[in-house]
Amino acid sequence: MREAIIPVQADALVGEAAKLKVQGYRLVTLSCTELDETSIDILYHFDKDLALKHLRLTARKGEPVPSISPVYFAALLVENEIQDFFGLTFEGLAVDFKGMLYLEEEAIKMPYCRFSLRAAATPADGENTPEVSIAPAGAPSGDVAPQDAGRESTTP
Amino acid sequence: MRKTVIPFGPQHPVLPEPIHLKLTIEDERITEAVPALGYVHRGLERLADVRDYHQMIQVVERVCGICSMIHAACYCQGVEEIMGVEVPPRAKYLRVMWSELHRIQSHLLWMGLFADSFGFESVFMQFWRIRERIMDISEATTGNRVIVSVNVIGGVRRNPDAEQLRWVLNQLDWVEEEFRRLEATMLEDYTVKKRTVGKGVLSKAQAYELGAVGPMLRGSGVAQDARQTGYAAYGELYFEPVVETDGDCYARSKVRFREVLASVDLIRRAINRLPDGEVRTKLKGKENPVGETVNRVEQPRGELLYYLKGKGEKTLDRVRIRTPTFANLPPLLVILPGMYLSDVPVVTLSIDPCISCTER
Repeated sequence: MREAIIPVQADALVGEAAKLKVQGYRLVTLSCTELDETSIDILYHFDKDLALKHLRLTARKGEPVPSISPVYFAALLVENEIQDFFGLTFEGLAVDFKGMLYLEEEAIKMPYCRFSLRAAATPADGENTPEVSIAPAGAPSGDVAPQDAGRESTTP
Repeated sequence: MRKTVIPFGPQHPVLPEPIHLKLTIEDERITEAVPALGYVHRGLERLADVRDYHQMIQVVERVCGICSMIHAACYCQGVEEIMGVEVPPRAKYLRVMWSELHRIQSHLLWMGLFADSFGFESVFMQFWRIRERIMDISEATTGNRVIVSVNVIGGVRRNPDAEQLRWVLNQLDWVEEEFRRLEATMLEDYTVKKRTVGKGVLSKAQAYELGAVGPMLRGSGVAQDARQTGYAAYGELYFEPVVETDGDCYARSKVRFREVLASVDLIRRAINRLPDGEVRTKLKGKENPVGETVNRVEQPRGELLYYLKGKGEKTLDRVRIRTPTFANLPPLLVILPGMYLSDVPVVTLSIDPCISCTER
């Protein structure tokens, strides 16, 4: 990344966002990546005069993250999106869709969490039939987690 | 006055794609607007888990047909940055040319739909007639009308010759002449002004604070356009953003109208300064992408952002796409309250909503 990334803790996040707002930064968006079974990386992208600044928060799954939507209203949709796709909970959201911005009741929860889906697809009782696969045709199936299928054989 | 809840969409005459707004009204005025998304969400970002970083070009082109070229250019620029690939100068200029052709056809498509939203069907037909010529240029120079598929990691896969480029310039003369004929109708007609002036006003401060992008931002007086960062060859083409200050539907229309003319100029300058040489850098011997990057470009609807992360595998660890319509929805939710229900279709269309992008 060309720009500096500033690490931030959850308890200091809203304060840091408020400081950036005072300095004249606008919120561009948030980018979320699942790191492993327990943690999720959230990058907060801000912009001023076309120069970007990023805050990085490493959140633990299951622990709530403070919402910056009271400071930046524009964060409300992307925070709801992350709730849907990564299963995180944002506290203090301006409008909370409670994981239903995109998803319906019957949809797979946390569809963008490959580690969590893999864990869910690994049966405890010996049965192994993952319900969902986005693997390409011809990719391995069966006991291969759907998120891993095709990883080794996707040369163009 | 009792409150009434009116569902606007997901199917509505002015919406080519499904989005739902739950509008609470009192005495014909909106008091609250809450969106509902997810009718056509495709989860394309997750395909990065199973498609390698070359194949993902075809995936990101399908996030949105109207600006497929610009999605692919943004994605390729990001991967090129991570991999340290230098793109040949000619390819950078060609990326500008095709990006601006996409901007023109997108704006013409929107102007037609916008005119149709307030019942001006003849204007709709005229804008789409001109748009066809742009589609012809795309087809002649790339082989496709909509999803042009010219970008590759390291450059572009098509290289128009001098004769073809002269033909493009001739076609653009016709496009500009025909387009200017519609200026008086689109910008001065009583009916158009009656339906757009003073409607859906977004102040400069609101636009900036709420994260508006594109004509929505520039129509409110903020001179910000990702092309000012100078990506591709924009840094060598003396680009100036188009800005209007009134912040209403009319101002947003005017920005798009002037941007079409600015794009025609940009294409002319790009073709006239087009360097000779290769259009593609070979990746032989390059390692798979390792690292992360944020890349921004200007789509017809505004700033597009790609966050890419690679771990040295054939597949990228993360492809995150923030599309302009997604950024323009919070400002829309703020400007809708207070206006009459009858203005909602025109104001909603004035952000040029692309649900295909939003539901990527």
